[in-house]
Amino acid sequence: MRFLIMGCGRVGSGLARSLTDEGHDVTIMDVRQDAFRRLTARFRGNAIIGDGLDSTALQRAGIENTDVFVSVTQGDNRNLMAAQVAKHIFKVPRVIARVYDDSRADVFRELGLQTLSSPRFVTGLMREMIFDDSDKAPEGE
Amino acid sequence: MYVIVAGGGKVGFGLSQALLANGDEVLCIEKDAHRCAVIAEDLGSASYQGDCCEVSVLEDAGTGRADVFVAVTGDDADNLIACQVAKARFRVPRTVARINDPRNREIFSVLGVDATVNSTDVIMSQIVQEMPSRPLTQVLALRGTGRELCQVEVTADSPLLGEEVSLLRLPGDSKIILIVGPDHTVSMPTNGLQLEAGQVVLAVTQEDQEPALREALTGVASE
Repeated sequence: MRFLIMGCGRVGSGLARSLTDEGHDVTIMDVRQDAFRRLTARFRGNAIIGDGLDSTALQRAGIENTDVFVSVTQGDNRNLMAAQVAKHIFKVPRVIARVYDDSRADVFRELGLQTLSSPRFVTGLMREMIFDDSDKAPEGE
Repeated sequence: MYVIVAGGGKVGFGLSQALLANGDEVLCIEKDAHRCAVIAEDLGSASYQGDCCEVSVLEDAGTGRADVFVAVTGDDADNLIACQVAKARFRVPRTVARINDPRNREIFSVLGVDATVNSTDVIMSQIVQEMPSRPLTQVLALRGTGRELCQVEVTADSPLLGEEVSLLRLPGDSKIILIVGPDHTVSMPTNGLQLEAGQVVLAVTQEDQEPALREALTGVASE
């Protein structure tokens, strides 16, 4: 499968590395060259400097042949705009946007966009850890 | 009319002032606390500090009863998302966004923003109009028609000089709608009026017919 990832932060670079290790064809974009320091020397995908809000840059990154587009920059609105461009303009079959603001994530999920709201996700995991431990604590005594 | 203006920069602040002066109810939402304090000195309770893309902020702003939502920050992504949230969550009947990158116009239209104002194009066309000896300048794009209003100064090199304006065969479906004479008199293209050098002509045309229209009225071929 061909992947295009916008944003080479911790999540973007980690995703890019794991997908290339599994043999997928991965292109990762970031507006800043130094963001690519997070990719290891053995990264075999493409790293392209470019703005994912710029359709020309997206075309250069091969969006027209992409199966999955993931936007994981630091900006919710950038992620949401790029994901919608990928979905509605370039017709990428699968599109996922990372969003920090839960309520904004809900609005766009209702509009049919796949969004991952990271605070809600982390809160959920955190609760599982808290209550799992408290359930187990009495048994240990 | 209740208008929410998202973004309190020069454009948002000026727009809010103009709307208030016009008697409209206005709320100008600005994210930056310092900037918001500055505009609050003038706008008072018509200013509100918050992120215009957050649902809770738009709820507090009474977006549900807004007639128009205008997003005029300097960031295209912020303007797009604010309008989409206002429309999808609060059913605002009309959303208007400023776009800074002209290439985003089609994207905003596909994604449901009702109208866009392209600040770069507006500034560029104003500057071009102020340039001396431009044979043809676009005055206004006629939205949704594929046509534009343009201004052409007729020169002595026009091959149509002396012909009757109402009978001119212009390129494509271009039409002259108004003529301003060298003495600044304004005429409609009615019977008997002839094309003369020094007249300024307002015409409706299509962008791809611009070069042919310019050649017809000025004798100057495309650059």
